[in-house]
Amino acid sequence: MSTETATNTQDTHADGQHHDEHHEHHIPTGLSRWLLTTNHKDIGTLYLWFAFIMFLVGGAMAMVIRAELFQPGQQIVNPEFFNQMTTVHGLIMVFGAVMPAFTGLANWLVPMMIGAPDMALPRMNNWSFWILPFAFLILLSSLFMEGGGPGFGWTFYAPLSTQYSNDSTALFVFSVHIMGISSIMGAINVVVTILNMRAPGMTYMKMPLFVWTWLITAFLLIAVMPVLAGAVTMVLTDKYFGTSFFDAAGGGDPVMFQHIFWFFGHPEVYIMILPAFGIISAIVPTFSRKKLFGYASMVYATASIALLSFIVWAHHMFTTGMPVAAEMFFMFATMLISVPTGVKVFNWVATMWRGSLTFEVPMMFAIAFIVLFTIGGLSGLMLAITPVDFQYHDTYFVVAHFHYVLVTGAVFSIMAAVYYWLPKWTGKMFDVTLAKWHFWCSLISVNVLFFPMHFVGLAGMPRRIPDYALQFADFNKWISIGGFAFGLSQLIFLVLIIKACKKQGEPVSDQVWEGAEGLEWEIPSPAPYHTFETPPVVK
Amino acid sequence: MTENNNTQHQQQGLEGSEATNSVNPSHKTREQIAAENMRTVKKLAFVVVGMLGFSFALVPLYDVFCDLTGINGKTSDQAAVYEAVEIDESRTIKVEFITRTHSGMPWEFTAQTAEVRVHPGEMSEVAFFVRNPTSRDIIAQAIPSVSPGTAALYVNKTECFCFQHQPLKAGDEALMPMKFYVDPQLPKDISVFTLQYTLYDISAKVQPAVDVAMTTANGE
Amino acid sequence: MKRISTLLVSAMLALSNSAIATTAAERSDVNLREGVTDISAQVYDLHMLMFWICVVIGVVVFGIMFYSMVMHRKSRGAKPANFHENVKVEVLWTVIPFIILIAMAWPAAQTLMAMEDTTESEVTILVTGSQWKWHYKYQDNPEVEFFSLMATQREQIQNKFEKGENYLLEVDRPLVIPTGKKVRFLITSDDVIHSWWVPDFAVKKDANPGFINEAWTNVNEPGIYRGQCAELCGKDHGFMPVVVIAKEPAEYEAWIKAQELAAIEAKAEEQRLLALNMSMDELMTQGERVYNTACVACHQPNGEGLPPTFPALKGSAIALEKQNIPAHIDYIINGKNNMPAFGKQLTMSEIAAVVTYERNAWGNNTGDMVQAKDVNAFINGK
Repeated sequence: MSTETATNTQDTHADGQHHDEHHEHHIPTGLSRWLLTTNHKDIGTLYLWFAFIMFLVGGAMAMVIRAELFQPGQQIVNPEFFNQMTTVHGLIMVFGAVMPAFTGLANWLVPMMIGAPDMALPRMNNWSFWILPFAFLILLSSLFMEGGGPGFGWTFYAPLSTQYSNDSTALFVFSVHIMGISSIMGAINVVVTILNMRAPGMTYMKMPLFVWTWLITAFLLIAVMPVLAGAVTMVLTDKYFGTSFFDAAGGGDPVMFQHIFWFFGHPEVYIMILPAFGIISAIVPTFSRKKLFGYASMVYATASIALLSFIVWAHHMFTTGMPVAAEMFFMFATMLISVPTGVKVFNWVATMWRGSLTFEVPMMFAIAFIVLFTIGGLSGLMLAITPVDFQYHDTYFVVAHFHYVLVTGAVFSIMAAVYYWLPKWTGKMFDVTLAKWHFWCSLISVNVLFFPMHFVGLAGMPRRIPDYALQFADFNKWISIGGFAFGLSQLIFLVLIIKACKKQGEPVSDQVWEGAEGLEWEIPSPAPYHTFETPPVVK
Repeated sequence: MTENNNTQHQQQGLEGSEATNSVNPSHKTREQIAAENMRTVKKLAFVVVGMLGFSFALVPLYDVFCDLTGINGKTSDQAAVYEAVEIDESRTIKVEFITRTHSGMPWEFTAQTAEVRVHPGEMSEVAFFVRNPTSRDIIAQAIPSVSPGTAALYVNKTECFCFQHQPLKAGDEALMPMKFYVDPQLPKDISVFTLQYTLYDISAKVQPAVDVAMTTANGE
Repeated sequence: MKRISTLLVSAMLALSNSAIATTAAERSDVNLREGVTDISAQVYDLHMLMFWICVVIGVVVFGIMFYSMVMHRKSRGAKPANFHENVKVEVLWTVIPFIILIAMAWPAAQTLMAMEDTTESEVTILVTGSQWKWHYKYQDNPEVEFFSLMATQREQIQNKFEKGENYLLEVDRPLVIPTGKKVRFLITSDDVIHSWWVPDFAVKKDANPGFINEAWTNVNEPGIYRGQCAELCGKDHGFMPVVVIAKEPAEYEAWIKAQELAAIEAKAEEQRLLALNMSMDELMTQGERVYNTACVACHQPNGEGLPPTFPALKGSAIALEKQNIPAHIDYIINGKNNMPAFGKQLTMSEIAAVVTYERNAWGNNTGDMVQAKDVNAFINGK
């Protein structure tokens, strides 16, 4: 948060209402508005809706998985389809739900936060969104192919994904390419916008943390999405064009696939959590009515997490057989990440300390994030310890870990962000009662869902199995019940969002929340279609 | 504009640029901003292409990395030249041989000696027996793997059947020799290591070359 | 929020309490097991150390946060303070975690070194994974080698029979190793990546096709130890358990001698069977048995397969046309594409029986009979 942000009054404040009307008649209506839009707010909305739909689709697949695992024995799907469900669930949640949701938030918020009229490259912005639905249509349609869709896990380890997969692999590769192109274009847009479009006076160290974390995330995306594209291309050529990147017979090495994949994969994990740090760093100060503690150290911590993410990849593959020296290196490097991550958690707690706290819905989600993400972080620290990782690796302990950081971490932060900025977008307060129901149902069910996974994992249940030994039966029943409850709880959110889109609810002030600070809270609510056409001056 | 250039330069160092206090001038025209944006896009597109290239460069880099660290236990696919190193008689290393045929490879494949004990620096020769019991000609490729992986760096093979494709006509058998010595630099904590060969049927992959290879095999 | 946190903390405590109550050989349903080797005990201790450090960190951090949430509420009239940075505090909470990390890293490094002790071992076993079974070969007794397949009946999986105590964790031929001796596992794979895991030994190592990996163990207590494949390896990844029986050295010696003899006898028996012609009934009975262990997972009990990955045998050209008999045998012995090679797993008479079965079951009434000597002739290129 910058010390003193003030807009150029000429533009938005005094004339806001007039400005709004002035542009309203330029907005095309109907389908073509959405197809052809280059407006960052429209595209942000499209991304968020797309992410939400994908969240429900991926969630439906999780329901299939949990229904199958409700009790031991083969229940409703065969093992092949089960593998396709875990694979596509992972791909959809990572590339279809979490990443587009963050891109949607970036589209809505980054220009408003830095005082820019729009994203730097509006037409590319339109493209990077509209190719995304096709990527997922291709992926989902592969499930209906003869023999089914990809069943080799979202990590598509060779040679399972090369010599031993069916032809849906080609569709999978094509769809990942499109997702990658979309993400790269989105990331380039964010970087260019932040570097070139800031309002006068909006120096780097005055940028809100959400902008900072997204800038770093975008650089990570630009660095690693091409590596993913390379990896899937090698899978494709190994399968269809006779190359031997991952085939020992031709001088290749299947373990090399894992090195390349995780060189992409670990930064990818931070791509899904750094923007969340930015969101929490915006919400906690607002409802503590106190400035964010340690702004500079937050920026440094984010940057160091991003840099460290490039040298820890092999902690995903300790069991592949590495020399002791390599195992030690990756263990120590991984443990180091907990230092900057710890700094962030401490800073949030210090921001709350001696503040003047209220607990509106965004703050409830933010606090849940801090606690549950930290639990995920601590189990991550345990996983870093190589000798013990041999026991944890590929068990439900890992599943518990990454769902704590991705569901109660990334997804909760996205929900917190939606509740925080939704009134600014619609101009109306959302249905608070429904929101509280959504929060409490989600919070309780998500823990019933994921906490027992720690126990079954430690007790020895491998991940990605369609059936399990009898000693895991009790916990799995609870996990499934938690899963169904969590899935249903999201329908409350759906109803709430539909109500908000219909502009139901009490009108809100420009500032919306008592303690909110930043450029986006100085423009009218709802945010006009065009904002900051004349840049504000940030003092 | 000067201040603006300053910003651009600082942007190069991404995370390093936090200290900047430069201010974007408020009077930039749309054209100026667009031109600036295009410059940045070009730089970023360059990074994207570079990283795509890097992902493929990872393939040879991985081999280099393996040669340095022994990460995957692969021995060199080039013949080593025996350097007259001093034989370290104070140490005896047990070298075990494991022979496997990959799924679907019908050859018989056995090591004549299951293990040898050697002093580091000493040349030894072992042989492997192969027989193609089928009614078709097959070309094989042997893939070596050493465990612990670090030991792979210290196995110097001056001659190995794994350096070439190995063709065998239907019903033929052969003895395939392998000469090697263990580098005396072998870390002290390694006293035993395993060398595995897996035979793959690569006839399908090298089909056009089969006839040539068979002719050569006959000549021997 | 507070209620939830108390719930979480009490859940963590419950976890650790039951862990304390668990003795060495006992299997815990909520925690890592201590296992039966020195290494697994060290790993367990390390796990508990990490766990408690994490619990303490969690309690301190969340404690401070919850204190703040109660005491610094606006509704209690709290006025916001004005501080937003403090170099001393920030340096402190960067340095302290760093020191904690070093305290964790030290014992972790010690255990890791102990795990990767490469000194010579007394027994060496080659473990080969393939879709979806394990193969064990005793390097010191080369006659002794066998496949180890899951023994749980399909009817249990399909909820037709009641599930047994060791549901999904039982095999037809378990691996046997001696106690009190260093045993080395050389681990590799025939097709995709598998991972050989026995929790009680704290051994989990990937089986990479074409490459070899090593792991060691030294079991202190005789017993039966169960694990599973830990790396997604396709359709039946969940159905390739690992069972290891640790026997006292003397018992182990007796066992391995008996196995050697049995292996030699089996070879003689196979030679004898080559000279014999089995009747259709015998072939069909044995063929069905073989089919149900080796083929049924992919080609299904009704022979209709799961196309296109696993094609149907019922009504297929390969199983119907007479000139395809050699190709049929070839498929089974050497595999093709997704079809694994069974030449190493099945004897010649078993192959003969299953070929006959596939050519005469499910309405494939060709009447073809294949004998062990036909298979032998094929193998030897005649």
